[in-house]
Amino acid sequence: MYDVYKIRKDFPVFLNNKTVYLDNAATTYKPQVVIDAVTDYLSKETANSGRGDYRDAYLVDKRVDETRILVKKFINSKYAEEIVFTQGTTASLNMIAVCYGEKFLKANDEILISIAEHSSNTLPWVEVARKTGAKIIYMPLTEDGLITPKLVKEHMTKKTKIVSLVHVSNVLGYVNDVKKIAKVVHDMGAIIVVDGAQSVPHLPVDVQDMNIDFLAFSGHKMLAPTGIGILYGKKHLLEKMDPYQMGGGMNISYDKEGNYELFKVPHRFEAGTLNIEAIYGLHAAIEYLNKIGMDNIAKHEHKLRRYAVAKLKEMDHVILYNENAETGIITFNIKGVFSQDIATYLNSKNVAVRSGQHCAKFIKEYIGEIGTVRASLYLYTTKEEIDTFLKAVETSENYLDAYF
Amino acid sequence: MPTFNSELMRATILAHYENPYHKETPQNAGEFMQMSLNSTGCIDNFILYLQVENDKVVTGYFDGYGCTISIASTSILLEMIEGMEINQVLEIIAEYKKMLKSEPYDKDILNEAIVFANTVRQPSRIRCATIGWDGVAELIEKHKKERK
Repeated sequence: MYDVYKIRKDFPVFLNNKTVYLDNAATTYKPQVVIDAVTDYLSKETANSGRGDYRDAYLVDKRVDETRILVKKFINSKYAEEIVFTQGTTASLNMIAVCYGEKFLKANDEILISIAEHSSNTLPWVEVARKTGAKIIYMPLTEDGLITPKLVKEHMTKKTKIVSLVHVSNVLGYVNDVKKIAKVVHDMGAIIVVDGAQSVPHLPVDVQDMNIDFLAFSGHKMLAPTGIGILYGKKHLLEKMDPYQMGGGMNISYDKEGNYELFKVPHRFEAGTLNIEAIYGLHAAIEYLNKIGMDNIAKHEHKLRRYAVAKLKEMDHVILYNENAETGIITFNIKGVFSQDIATYLNSKNVAVRSGQHCAKFIKEYIGEIGTVRASLYLYTTKEEIDTFLKAVETSENYLDAYF
Repeated sequence: MPTFNSELMRATILAHYENPYHKETPQNAGEFMQMSLNSTGCIDNFILYLQVENDKVVTGYFDGYGCTISIASTSILLEMIEGMEINQVLEIIAEYKKMLKSEPYDKDILNEAIVFANTVRQPSRIRCATIGWDGVAELIEKHKKERK
């Protein structure tokens, strides 16, 4: 039995802050176990990782290794070596673009992305294209706002080398069938990169079952601290890539002639000191999510969303853009009102949502609006919070009340 | 100037949002000083056009998209400063900024712009209320520098 009120007791922020927080696609609240894990590192066993001979350094190394294995199990990768710690989804996607894209793409090769991609899955490829002479193909969405295997197939050519797509759009919240898309991509001889920023925190994700080549996601969107993210890459692909940064912790030896020998993956991609306290936090976050169960979280969000959408549909002044999405993202506008004005009005009613383009600057081609309002739910969102949100939306034509 | 109660403030903001003053690209855009107005915190995106001659604002325009507060505040400013000495414009802008910092300010010279006195209630939107105002001040400073 999913008890959201019991879950909320694990999050101290709810004691300190009465905001109806519906911006979980941006970042999430942290449970006490995550906060404790971070402070334990800072107050009980601080040491650097990967180079100590003393007890505390050993404990830190052990926890970093355990976290890597926990992430491996969480997304079901084949080897722990396929898990690279990064600063977040953006860093992971940039690493793939630079270390794989720039190395292996040539002039006139094609990179296929969609118009639903976040800036972090668009601009890194723009740079790869500029540097290599490869070309980016921007794929539109289906009428239903999806990226389908058929659509991908139609936009691939013999020149397509990389297909980089969002698993769950941060604006539309639809779940793209990445497993079937991966098959199409592989059949055509290309590799598939998946932006999992909005999927990994909300749904069970299995990289082996989907047979994807790369996956990027962030810790802070799944209860962990900011500044930690994951790059998953198939081992044989990571092994072909050059490092992203050079420095300590990634080399075995080097000489004055400029020769060097590097560690194996994943350490080759982890130059410098890791964000160790965030890794402690990520460990606690994944254990917490596992305890509740990703299936249960997905069900909870979807159930609440269905309730909200049914009510929103009864309001004549509301335009809904993603009625049938299966995640917790609700994207809408109020007729005749600029999205940011709605968000400000909801703020005056203590409801936190986000407005604008949500960093996906081409999705307006699908939506037909410059900006939208996005409410995004998570495992701790309650029906009462949705009711507060709905009540505020109901009166949001009087949006200037926020100032009076 | 009428006394602005909250109903009139609200109506004034809406009137300037729905029918903004000079919200278009001027036909002789090449004769204007120009700058883009944008913000890291929202999707406001305008081009501001300002024509200054003999230390007077001849006219100003803006074009693009943004929220109610950014459009209405820029509209009110551009309407108010047409034909005005640039130093007086800077003085008005300075008083306006004081108002938005909740500091004592000179109500009388702000005219219609006092309708944004309540914008401080939504601190995240102060940038919207000043985006056009900061732009006009920057272009006037640029004009002064270039004249020297």
